[in-house]
Amino acid sequence: MKSLKFLIPLVLFGVLALFLGAGLKLDPREVPSPLIDKPAPDFKLARLDDPATTISREDMLGKVWLLNVWASWCVACREEHPLLVEFAKRKLVPVYGLNYKDVRADGKAWLSQHGNPYEASLFDEKGKVGIDYGVYGVPETFVIDRKGVIRYKQIGPLTPEVLRDRIEPLIKSLQA
Amino acid sequence: MIPELGHFALWLALAMALLLGVVPLAGALRGRDDWMTLARPLAAGLCITVGIAFISLTASFVRNDFSVLYVASNSNSALPLQYRIAGVWGGHEGSLLLWVTMLCVWMGAVARFSRHLPLPVVARILSVMGWVAVGFLLFTLITSNPFERLFPAPADGRDLNPLLQDPGMVIHPPMLYMGYVGFSVAFAFAVAALIGGNLDSQWARWTRPWTLAAWIFLTIGITLGSWWAYYTLGWGGWWFWDPVENASFMPWLAGTALVHSLAVTEKRGAFKSWTVLLAILAFSLSLLGTFLVRSGVLSSVHAFATDPRRGLFILAFLVIVVGSSLTLYAWRAPRVGLGARFALLSRETLLLGNNVMLVVAMAAVLLGTLYPLLLDALGFGKISVGPPYFDTVFVPLMAPLVFLMGVGPLARWKQAELPELALRLRWAFAVAVVAALASGWLAGRITLVATVGLLMAWWIVASLATELWGRIKPRDGASVGARAALLPRAALGMMVAHLGVAVFIFGVTLVKTLEVERDVKMGTGDTTTIEGYVFTFRGVRELDGPNYRAARGWIEVTQGGRKVADMFPEKRIYRVQRNPMTNAAIQTGLTRDLYVSLGESVEGGAWIVRVYYKPFIDWIWGGCVLMMLGGLLAATDRRYRSRAPATAAPPLATAMPGIGTLEHEAP
Amino acid sequence: MTHAQARFARFVLLACLALFGATPLRAGEAAPAAEDPALEARLVEITSELRCLVCQNQTIADSHADLAVDLRNQVREMLRRGDSREQIVAYMTARYGDFVLYRPPLKESTALLWFGPALLMVAGLAVLVVVLRRRARLPDESFEPDEDMPGPNPAAGGPTA
Repeated sequence: MKSLKFLIPLVLFGVLALFLGAGLKLDPREVPSPLIDKPAPDFKLARLDDPATTISREDMLGKVWLLNVWASWCVACREEHPLLVEFAKRKLVPVYGLNYKDVRADGKAWLSQHGNPYEASLFDEKGKVGIDYGVYGVPETFVIDRKGVIRYKQIGPLTPEVLRDRIEPLIKSLQA
Repeated sequence: MIPELGHFALWLALAMALLLGVVPLAGALRGRDDWMTLARPLAAGLCITVGIAFISLTASFVRNDFSVLYVASNSNSALPLQYRIAGVWGGHEGSLLLWVTMLCVWMGAVARFSRHLPLPVVARILSVMGWVAVGFLLFTLITSNPFERLFPAPADGRDLNPLLQDPGMVIHPPMLYMGYVGFSVAFAFAVAALIGGNLDSQWARWTRPWTLAAWIFLTIGITLGSWWAYYTLGWGGWWFWDPVENASFMPWLAGTALVHSLAVTEKRGAFKSWTVLLAILAFSLSLLGTFLVRSGVLSSVHAFATDPRRGLFILAFLVIVVGSSLTLYAWRAPRVGLGARFALLSRETLLLGNNVMLVVAMAAVLLGTLYPLLLDALGFGKISVGPPYFDTVFVPLMAPLVFLMGVGPLARWKQAELPELALRLRWAFAVAVVAALASGWLAGRITLVATVGLLMAWWIVASLATELWGRIKPRDGASVGARAALLPRAALGMMVAHLGVAVFIFGVTLVKTLEVERDVKMGTGDTTTIEGYVFTFRGVRELDGPNYRAARGWIEVTQGGRKVADMFPEKRIYRVQRNPMTNAAIQTGLTRDLYVSLGESVEGGAWIVRVYYKPFIDWIWGGCVLMMLGGLLAATDRRYRSRAPATAAPPLATAMPGIGTLEHEAP
Repeated sequence: MTHAQARFARFVLLACLALFGATPLRAGEAAPAAEDPALEARLVEITSELRCLVCQNQTIADSHADLAVDLRNQVREMLRRGDSREQIVAYMTARYGDFVLYRPPLKESTALLWFGPALLMVAGLAVLVVVLRRRARLPDESFEPDEDMPGPNPAAGGPTA
C-alpha cells in the first residue's frame, strides 16, 4: 500500500529508541579486557616486602589465584580492602597484590595500616606489568586459573555481590 | 526565599504549559474562537513564570547564595560577576532552565510576530510548543531541580570549571540553545499543519523565516563552540567529532536541508510531505542531542554528570514527542498533494539531490556517533569511533554536494536544459581548476587532498560568479548597478551563504595542508623562526588573577625586523579546583594565526614552548559568519516582512497565491 | 701571582669556559624540545589516533594522565627499536582491545560502519531517481497547477530566479 512508506520514519525511530534504551544500562566508560580466556602476560617482579625475592608467572602455575591491583595513593582501594581482607581469611584462593606505580615505603605503610590480605605483593614501580595486563585504573582484580589463563577481570572496587555471584562460583568451577 | 520563589514559579509554569497545550488545541479542533484566543495570553503567562524562575536562579548566583546546591556546585565567591551569571548554565540543572527559557523566548516571538497567521494555526503552533515546555518542565521539576537546597550551607562554592571561565562560555551555550530550541518552531509549524491540514506553499512561506532564524543561531552557536575550543584548549584543534559536537552538527545538517526544501515548497508547492518530515527530523535531532548529552549513554568531554533516571525520562520524552509526531505524519502525510510538476532535470530535482546528500551526511554522523553503543548493546564488545573515521568518511560525502551547489542555482525551475547548463558551467569549471592549481602552487605545496579541497572552494566561487553575472549583466537597457539594486535579498543571501561555504573550505584545506607546529625548549633570549616570523622568548613571571595563580610567558614576535606582536601565554592554577589550565596566546591575522602555548618548565630557567603557524584558520569561522549573514539576508527578504493579513486556507487544497509583493522571485 | 696560582687560575678559567661553553652564553636558536624531532612527529602521528583510557575523551598524544604519559614513553621506546605502526597498534589492542583505537579496525562487526555512509548515499540517490521516475509517469492531474507567478520569460536568457 502506498501509504505504508510513510511509516518508515516511525519504524526507524522505534529501532533507534530501542538501542538508546539498551544503552542506558551500559557503561560507555568501561573498557572490557581483551585478555579474558587468554594466557596471563609474563611477569617477573620483586616482592614489595622483600626486594631480593622475585616472583614470576611460572611460579604461579598450578593454582587458581587472584591478582588485585592496588596502590597507597588509590582512594577507591580503601573501599574494597576490608572486603579483600575478609575474603583472604577464608583461604578459598591465594590473593596476590600488584602494587602499581607506588613508592615502596608508602605501599608497606598502607598495608600495615589497612591490613594485608596478600600472600605477597608484587612491586610494579613503573607500571609496566600493569600495562601488559591492560590496567587503566586502580583497583582492578584478575582471576587466573591453574594454566595461567585469565578468566575474569573486575574493573573498579570489589563488592560483596560481585564476590558472591561472580568470583566465588568461578573459583569453585576452576578448582574442580 | 528567592530560590523558593523560583521553584514555585516553575510549578506555575508547568500549569500554564499544560493549559497552553490543551485549551487552544481543543479550541482549534472544535472551532471555538474563545479557547483559541487564549493561546497568546497563556503563552505570555508561561514566559513570565519561566522568566521569574530564571531570574531567581541568576539572582542566587549573583548573590552567592551557597545554600542552593546548584550554586554551591558551580560557583565561588571569588568568581568574577560575568562568570557567576554564566554559571547559571554551567551545569545540567541550570542549562535545562536555560533551555526552557529559550523556548519561551521563541514562543514569545511567535506569539508576537504571527498576526498575519489565521487564529487556528497560531493556536495549534503555540499548543505544540506548550507540550514541549510541559516535557522539559516536568523533567526539570522531577529529576533536575536547580533550586534544591543544601543544608548546612557551605561557606563557599566549588567554583565553576575553569575551562568554562571564559567569555566564550558566556555566549556559546545561549546561542546554541537558541538554535536547538528554535527548531521547535519549525516543528510546531509542521505538526500544526499536519493537524490542521493546511500544508501548502503559504505554510512554507510562514515557516521559512523562523527556520532560517533558528538555523542562524545554531550556526553561530556551533561556530562559537569551535572557535572557543581552539583558543581555550591549548593545542590548536577546532573540531573533534565529539559526540556532543556531533549532536549539534546533526540538527544543523537537517536544518540546512530543511531551509533548502522550504525554498522549493514555498516557490512551487512541491516536496510538502518531505519538508514536514525534515522539520520533524531537525527538532528530533535537537532532542536526541539533549538525550545524548545528559543520559550517560555516550562518553563525552561535554557530557553533564549523569543519572540513569534522567536518561530514562528524556528517552521517554523523546519517544513521546518524536513517536507521536511521526505517527501523525504517517497518518496525515499520504493525503498531502504532490505540488507542482517538475522535470527530471530541474532546480527542484537538484535541490532534492542537495537534501538527499545532507540527510545522508547527517545519517553518517549519526551512524558513527551511535555505532559504539550499537555494538555494545548487541554484545559485540566496545569500540571507539573518532576523528580518523569521521574525517575519512565525511569529506567524500560533501564533495558531490559541493558540486551540486554550483549547478543548482543556475538551473531553471520546472525544467532545466542540460546543454545550456553545461555551457554556462564549463567556464566556471575551467576557472575553478586553474585557480585551484594556481593557489596550490602559490601556497607552496600541491598535494592531492589540498587540490581537491581548493577545487571545491573555487568551484563554488566560480559558479557563484557565473550566477551573479547572469543576474546583473546589463540587459534590456538596465545597467549593472540598476539590476544589482533589484536583486532580491533572498538571492543575495543565498550567494553570501554559499560564498561562506567556499571560504570555510578554503580555510580548512589551507590550514590542514600548510600549518606548522614546533615544540622547542626556550631560555631567555632564545628564538625560533617559522615562515619568516621570529619568536623570541623573553621569560616567564608569576602573577595572581582574581581566582587563580598564573605563570605568564612573554614572547616577542618580529617579522623582517619589524615588531609584529607581544604574546603572553599562561599556565594557570585555579585556587579552588586546583586543575592546571593552559591559556594559549593567539595573534590573529587575516591570513594566518600565530599560536603560542607554554609547556613545562625545565632546568636552567628554560621552558618548553609550543609554537604554531596556522595559515587561513580564521577563514573557517569567517566562512561560518558569512553563512550566518547570508541566512540573515534571506530571512529579511521583503516578502517575509509583508504585514498583510493571511487568508484562512481551505484544508488540504492549494492555498491562494500568497499575499505579499512578488515582483521578483527569489530562490 | 705565583706560577702555581697562575696555573690554577688558568685551570679555573678553562673549566668555566668548558662548563659554560656547553650552554650558549649568548641566546640563540632554540633547540627542539625533543631529542629526535622526526621520531617525535611519528609518535604524535600514531598516538593521536589512540584513545586515552583514563580521560577517554582525549588522545594519548594530548592527555596529561599518568597512563597516557607511560604509554607515550612506551611507544617512543618501540619507535626507537624500529617497530612499525602495525606492531604498535597490535601492542595496544592486545592490552586494551579495540576501544583504544579511534580509527575502528575494519572487521565483520564494523563493516556496516565503514561501508554504511557510501551505501546510504547510493541508496538515497537510487530512491530519489526511482521516486522521480515514478512521478514522471503520472498524469498531469495528479499534480497541483503551477501557482507561482511567472517571472522573467524562461525563454529569454539568464536564470529564472
